[in-house]
Amino acid sequence: MNLSRLRTLFSGREMSIVAALIVVVAVTTVVNTSFLSGQGIHDLFLNASIIALLAIGQTLLVITRNIDLSVGSVMGLTAFLSGQLFINDHGTPVFLVLLAGIALGAVCGAFNGALVAVAKVPALVVTLGTLYVFRGLDYGWATATGVQQVNADQMSPSFLSFGSGSLLGIPNLTILTVIVLAGAAYALHNWRSGRELYAIGSNPQAARLAGIPAGRRVFTAFVLSGALAGLAGVLHASYFGTINASVGGGRELDVVAAVVVGGVAIFGGSGSVLGAVLGALLLTTITSALPILGVPAFWQRAVSGAALLLAISLDRAVMLRVATKLREQRSASRA
Amino acid sequence: MRDRIFRWESVLLLLVVAVLVYGASSTTGFSSSDNIAFLLLDNTEVALLALGLLPIVLTGEIDLSVASVLGFCSALTGQLWNAGMSFETIVPIVLVAGAVLGTVNAALIVKFGLPSLAVTIGTLGLYRGLAYVVLGDGAVTGFPENFRPLATDTVPGTFVPYATVVVIVVGALIALVVHFTPVGRALYAIGLGSETSRFSGIRVDRVKMSLYVVSGVIAALASLVYTLRYNSARADNANGLELTAVAAVLLGGVSIFGGRGTVVGVLTALLLMAGLRNVLFLNDVTNEIQNVISGLLLIISVLVPVVTNLLRKRRHAAAAPPPPSTQTPSPPDPVGAAAASGPYEEDQR
Repeated sequence: MNLSRLRTLFSGREMSIVAALIVVVAVTTVVNTSFLSGQGIHDLFLNASIIALLAIGQTLLVITRNIDLSVGSVMGLTAFLSGQLFINDHGTPVFLVLLAGIALGAVCGAFNGALVAVAKVPALVVTLGTLYVFRGLDYGWATATGVQQVNADQMSPSFLSFGSGSLLGIPNLTILTVIVLAGAAYALHNWRSGRELYAIGSNPQAARLAGIPAGRRVFTAFVLSGALAGLAGVLHASYFGTINASVGGGRELDVVAAVVVGGVAIFGGSGSVLGAVLGALLLTTITSALPILGVPAFWQRAVSGAALLLAISLDRAVMLRVATKLREQRSASRA
Repeated sequence: MRDRIFRWESVLLLLVVAVLVYGASSTTGFSSSDNIAFLLLDNTEVALLALGLLPIVLTGEIDLSVASVLGFCSALTGQLWNAGMSFETIVPIVLVAGAVLGTVNAALIVKFGLPSLAVTIGTLGLYRGLAYVVLGDGAVTGFPENFRPLATDTVPGTFVPYATVVVIVVGALIALVVHFTPVGRALYAIGLGSETSRFSGIRVDRVKMSLYVVSGVIAALASLVYTLRYNSARADNANGLELTAVAAVLLGGVSIFGGRGTVVGVLTALLLMAGLRNVLFLNDVTNEIQNVISGLLLIISVLVPVVTNLLRKRRHAAAAPPPPSTQTPSPPDPVGAAAASGPYEEDQR
């Protein structure tokens, strides 16, 4: 029982990412042993936490055959919101800032979700539009208030220590991400509504005919993705301590790359949040390993692009091989 | 179907006229030939990228790597120029490089059967990264004075820049192929049903292959204009421009699912975006607020057909004889059970 559950948790895809991760870490550690020191691992998880949060939200949507390109802009908006909150009241409690960021993110997500689920506009188009709109609002807000940048000394110390602090050696941000990951993985795996997301993604029409409230489910997925992006923005502010209106710019493509590397099919219906988070961790690890391996920083983008292409090519090759094997088995059993 | 397409293009054209009239009447300097030339010139690269993208979107695929191809080709131009090569030899090399990058996309999408969205997000990163590998993060300037006017000056006696002539020529060529040849009709057929097209004898793979190669070459062409116009070759040239190009294509009435759209629509949409941005710019509206308006425009452009469809259906329902008791004019299903599907799908009820 326990073993089979563990096996479903770590299906083939997750294991291969973990293997890739181990190879990268091992090679890098041989070159520089400090990569695997306590501090090194601490930093790795810390760096991956924010992008992993975004990847969890994105996975919920990609599973339903949708996509959210506006996450980077939502993140920028809520990062700026937290800065503004501290300018208004230096002593704003941390949980209030977190709640405000999540709420604003959820509102942005609801806007996307309403356009996709009610007005039935394709998600790629809607979120490409809101990518500009939310980012523009972000800059507009900065211009209107005359606040171009919020620095660490303007934020409350408890907020900053929350972002950079850790519990029992584990960064706070990583703990938060793991909690969200566990919740999302449980819901996707065990809840009826979670299973329905897969059904919607693998065949929208059939899902509808089976009585699944597809519109409501997709809408909810957008709200959740927005809320997570909102949370990510606040965490970004608390971790880096310096924000301006450009926070999160271009993040949307990194997130989609992480999700796809994590084995979530871009056309919906399959994949797991654990895979997506591991994908985010792998891409972040590669990015931080390159300079240690003596590869110039220029190569970073090229390598993560190549990793994405490699991942989907391998998926395809495996799928083709499985398909031929199944066909052979079927013809053998028929004979 | 056909008149609806015509209607969208006329709506766009009316909006362009409105923007031009508003700009000319309210903003001093808008209608000056210098400003019009600047407006046209400033949108050359987006226009070229959008034109390369259009046939791909018609087949229901996408290419998000176009701006990265531009960046790579620009970096290559800089590096070759640094190496002392003459500009005349650089031009064909860069165009071939664009074709090669397009071929890589095509091979992954067509030969391996991978989804174009995922592949071109990958190559978006890969090509941009390779651009940095080629040139680093420095800039190369000092391109030859005898070539630069081609990207900066207007045709003598008019307000039309040479670069815009390039756009018009490319646009005309694409329009010719898309609207007046069997290949063009094949694009629409593939967009409406790839499998059906294959069985009807259309060489779907070959057509798709060539589209990505063409898109690569056009992006390389755009890179030459960009490099010469700014007199600067950098690896981050045109970073993020792919989204603007996609926005222009979609605003032009091209369906993201393929099978619908015209070259005229895309060019009009480009003109609309350019005009609007310019008017706002002259009225001291910041670049960021301009982005809000571009984004809203894009959303509205896809909402309009949905809303008109809805209204038409409601009118039909109202005009029809009193429906049987089970049928009400607007079904009380607020979230719409048909969510994750396409927007133009006819209701089966």
